Amino acid sequence: MPPAKSGTLIIGLGNQYRRDDAVGLTVARYLKEQVPKHVRVLEASSEGASLMESWKDADAVILIDAVHSGAEPGTLHRLDAHTQPMPSEFSHCSTHAFSAAEAIELARALGQLPPRLVVYGVEGKTFESGLGLSLEVEKAVQKVVERVLGDLRCDPDDTES
Amino acid sequence: MKSRTIKVDYLARVEGEGALHVKISNNTVTDVKFKIWEPPRLFEAFLRGRNYSEAPDITARICGICPIAYQMAAAQAMEDAFGVTVDGQLRALRRLIFCGEWIESHALHVYLLHAPDFLGYEDAIQMAKDHPDIVQQGLQLKKIGNELMILLGGREIHPINLRVGGFYRVPTKQELAPFIDKLKWARDAALETVRWTATLPFPDFEQDYEFVALRHPDEYAITEGRLVSNKGLDIAVREYDDHFAEEHVPYTNALHSVLKERGAYLVGPLARYSVNFDKLSPLAREAAGDAGLGPVCRNPFKSIVVRSVETLYACDESLRLIDEYEMPEKPAVEVDPRAATACGCSEAPRGTLYHRYRVDDQGVILDAKIVAPTSQNQKRIESDLWQFIPKHMDLPPDQLTWRCEQAIRNYDPCISCATHFLKLHIERD
Repeated sequence: MPPAKSGTLIIGLGNQYRRDDAVGLTVARYLKEQVPKHVRVLEASSEGASLMESWKDADAVILIDAVHSGAEPGTLHRLDAHTQPMPSEFSHCSTHAFSAAEAIELARALGQLPPRLVVYGVEGKTFESGLGLSLEVEKAVQKVVERVLGDLRCDPDDTES
Repeated sequence: MKSRTIKVDYLARVEGEGALHVKISNNTVTDVKFKIWEPPRLFEAFLRGRNYSEAPDITARICGICPIAYQMAAAQAMEDAFGVTVDGQLRALRRLIFCGEWIESHALHVYLLHAPDFLGYEDAIQMAKDHPDIVQQGLQLKKIGNELMILLGGREIHPINLRVGGFYRVPTKQELAPFIDKLKWARDAALETVRWTATLPFPDFEQDYEFVALRHPDEYAITEGRLVSNKGLDIAVREYDDHFAEEHVPYTNALHSVLKERGAYLVGPLARYSVNFDKLSPLAREAAGDAGLGPVCRNPFKSIVVRSVETLYACDESLRLIDEYEMPEKPAVEVDPRAATACGCSEAPRGTLYHRYRVDDQGVILDAKIVAPTSQNQKRIESDLWQFIPKHMDLPPDQLTWRCEQAIRNYDPCISCATHFLKLHIERD
């Protein structure tokens, strides 16, 4: 029998000190209190290699990150990584040479995508230095939390514990 | 009259945001500007008024790829100023975590940022489709470097366990034991990397560099030594400001560094290797020889081979340090601040990093100066391009632009570190 995978993993990405870039971290903190016990929630910086490492044993991964695509601030984008490539605006915010979107594409090229990978991108308004989300992004937080909880409820793999 | 420009507004596969602007008139290069346009980061200003003990953690924030180099330069500057020596196993542990940083940083650059240039891929993702095993090997090497940083530093990015005087916590011998097998694998992988990079196609291009690097009598210098060059420089770190100057250049947010007497110089793997070849481990020296490198390497495109040799050395050295490790009784030595000027240097993956602080008798920082490797190499990068472009003027525009970008990536420039820093623009009219 193959070794058991470790279920569902939620990863909130971002930089706490770059205003709306922290939205992934904020959503992860709310989700930690609300998800079933077998669902792991991680907060991470968007460093690509460690990201690939962190999801390596997961069956299903939900990633939450801030994006900057020109849409209205607070707009929620939802992507299934298996059905579409990461748009370029999803790789814009990492200060590292190897971003989260690049990690997804590299994992795809290497055949190492988790069996399921959903990416939520929250359109940010400001990425300047400092603490605190913009009003528009703050308002989107609970919406993302609800959507992710909805995904968990719909996921037949996660009805068993 | 035929003029043209080469313009790259966002240089890819470099750490941070920069640009290149080249002007060509009548088949003569008339201007080369390597621009670092990330906004200034003002670290030197906000170190003022902070306690000496905060300098390692504050300056670590300058770079997510090479935080250890910053922490070590800051800590050693303070220790030197306060008359404290950190030696024995504490010094060995510092060298070990620094080897971890060299492994993760070099693996990232060799495999994910630089190799695609030689194999003709736009990026590592495209390269991974045809060469999954190579990319996989690079990622695995990088991971082992990161794991060493996590064990000794608390976390891989901006570690929190280093301090003036040593560490907050030191590992047991048992905690280091699992790294022996990992590092043996890494050493084999690094040896394969040296052999593989040696087979890549290199342009015939050598420069008469002044190589500047730390040199230490007993070891391949990483954490400390004298500043030495192949053209006669041999000074204590404390004499840095007597010999080096930083110049403001209008088109870039990073200061250009020059040797007061001779102008542009080079720091980084090529410089370290050429100054300290005799201090490499026998395995690393032999691998370099088999890869066709002499004791001096003047072809910047071959920096990918030299980085691989240094990665091999870092794995070899880590194994030696772990083998000889005995847990020290105390994680740090006591430090008593006094009014002084503090100077420290370390060999960041991209080259020599210099810190200078003035502190008062309470240990409060009065002012700070930080000279990052990329700012020291900026002028040398431009010099390379002045020499390189005329020899390749007949290439189609997109090929020439790509070659110019490659010439910049030879340096693994860390633009974020250098700002106080890549886009490419070649103009022909």
